[in-house]
Amino acid sequence: MSDTTAKEDGTTTRAALAGGAYQKLLAFAGLIVLVVGFSLASPSFLQTANIISILQATSVNGVLAVGVTLIIITGGIDLSIGTLMTFCAVMSGVVLTWLGAPLPAGVVVAIATGALVGTISGTLVAKAKIPPFIATLGMMLVLKGMSLIVTGTKPIYFNETEGYTAISQGSLIGRMIPQFPLPNGVLVLFVVASVVAWILGRTVLGRYTFALGSNEEAVRLSGVNTDRWKIGIYARAGAIVGIAGVLISSRLNSAQPALGLGYELEAIAAVVIGGTTLSGGRGTILGTVIGALIMSVLTNGLRVMSVAPEWQTVVTGLIIIAAVYADQLRRRGAA
Amino acid sequence: MFTRRHMMGAAAALSLLAGAGAAFAQDVYVPLISKGFQHQFWQAVKKGADKAGQELGVRVTFDGPDNETQVDKQIDMLSAALANKPAAIGIAALDSQALIPQLKQAQDAGIPVIAFDSGVESDIPVTTAATENKAAAALAADKLGEMIGGEGKVAVIAHSQATQTGIDRRDGFVDEMKAKFPNIEIVAIEFGDGDHLKSTEITKALLAANPDIKGIFGTNEGSAIGVLNGVREMGSKTVVVGFDSGKAQKDAIRSGEMAGAVTQNPVGIGYETVKAAVAATKGETLPKTIDTGFYWYDKTNIDDPQIAAVLYD
Repeated sequence: MSDTTAKEDGTTTRAALAGGAYQKLLAFAGLIVLVVGFSLASPSFLQTANIISILQATSVNGVLAVGVTLIIITGGIDLSIGTLMTFCAVMSGVVLTWLGAPLPAGVVVAIATGALVGTISGTLVAKAKIPPFIATLGMMLVLKGMSLIVTGTKPIYFNETEGYTAISQGSLIGRMIPQFPLPNGVLVLFVVASVVAWILGRTVLGRYTFALGSNEEAVRLSGVNTDRWKIGIYARAGAIVGIAGVLISSRLNSAQPALGLGYELEAIAAVVIGGTTLSGGRGTILGTVIGALIMSVLTNGLRVMSVAPEWQTVVTGLIIIAAVYADQLRRRGAA
Repeated sequence: MFTRRHMMGAAAALSLLAGAGAAFAQDVYVPLISKGFQHQFWQAVKKGADKAGQELGVRVTFDGPDNETQVDKQIDMLSAALANKPAAIGIAALDSQALIPQLKQAQDAGIPVIAFDSGVESDIPVTTAATENKAAAALAADKLGEMIGGEGKVAVIAHSQATQTGIDRRDGFVDEMKAKFPNIEIVAIEFGDGDHLKSTEITKALLAANPDIKGIFGTNEGSAIGVLNGVREMGSKTVVVGFDSGKAQKDAIRSGEMAGAVTQNPVGIGYETVKAAVAATKGETLPKTIDTGFYWYDKTNIDDPQIAAVLYD
């Protein structure tokens, strides 16, 4: 453990991944503790139907968290992902329900909208030098308003688009294994997480993502066009948020324009619990997915145990603080 | 290392909570999923539900999302509640259509569903415990009609033309006025989304165009406050009648600026929901709707115990 922490501030991906591995292990242990604890507490917890509803509840937050992990590793933050998700869902609704386009068009438009808005946010951060917190805070409000304006504050339903709800609610696995009808939304999370983990671990983009978070200046001085890479990362994160937009609207059979605010914080919480540091340079996708699972296991478990909602919030908050505290201890040890 | 110890602490705390949860495990369990839990209105609903739970010897839980936009959170809550194999379930749907898969799941499992506060566009719920909004708005029309002497111009500032409560309150008021006070003319029906400011602007524009309006009805808390502010800013003597409560509205009624308002009975909504749920588990037939009641309140009766119990700040 101490030998990994010694290399904490190294700029290589290997050191970054090793640092994350410890936290990942811790997060995974936390997840196991929660699952075992809740299973002992309530016989209803570990039933197939409940496991499936936990995974279903993780899918949207998980995809959002995977997207924002990319940005957080660069040392940035994106507060607009919650309302961007909604805006992408709304655009999908506009294309499918209002214009009557076929299903794939809605999915493409949602993802393209996410990528476009991500590009704008990235440009504001990289070129206009607006701090990411402020740029995306502004974007968060702009997008919230835009969703309400486009829809006239009313939800857009997908009743006319056959198969739209199946994107999230249908179950390809259930056709093969009827006993375990895992919703497609969970598969989408799995695929998105795998692809992003591959990007981070195996591609130049991944290496630059970590490098930007560790020492942007050094990367720039070595002749890399950091602005371009950064914008690219925000755009990809935006596209992933677009996928979350499709998932949530498919789940709700509607684009709910007022929804979205607050979802960014849940996603960021999952990222942090999963061991990605907000100061950048370190993080893993597997950790983020585990973080998202911890969040939904916690919410579901407390609910199944009939803990009052006020206390559910308190416990969730304490877990987030504990996770970040663990991270701080580790970093202090490294300094 | 520190953190591992902390994890253990968390695990210990959890197992304590677990003991508390398991103690209830055998009895009849009725979860209520509402539209929220932190507003005073919902707390009052919870109070009624808890009271019925105690009287009938069933375990009642009350859960709801942080705000009324979180449709997906409500679905997750319903799923978690269903996992617990409840005897019956109460739901105040944020969006009926989004909840259909879970409601079907309940139906397939033979768990009776009771809708409360507002209806669900589905035949799955065995009954709906809610305020009879048309009748409640008709009561507001009766009172306003009497106060202005049965003649002159009146207006309605409604909170929504999209939700059933908005439509019912508007129609209830308008129909009653037409039936009972033929000499009263309804000059305008406007929609302010229950937004204070929007309703204020509409009221001011209305009063500018029709200075002789004798009374205005605001169909929910936000609308009523908006109307009140508009009347105040225009220095008009128009009689204002509101709906629901809230601190601003109660203060205005005490000071006489607002003539009175119709209040729903949130405690009754919670009570009747649990009562209906228990009846449904016993296979009793229930009416399609259960009127949970409403009251007129003004300066004279605002402090009566029966009224004060259903008002909130």
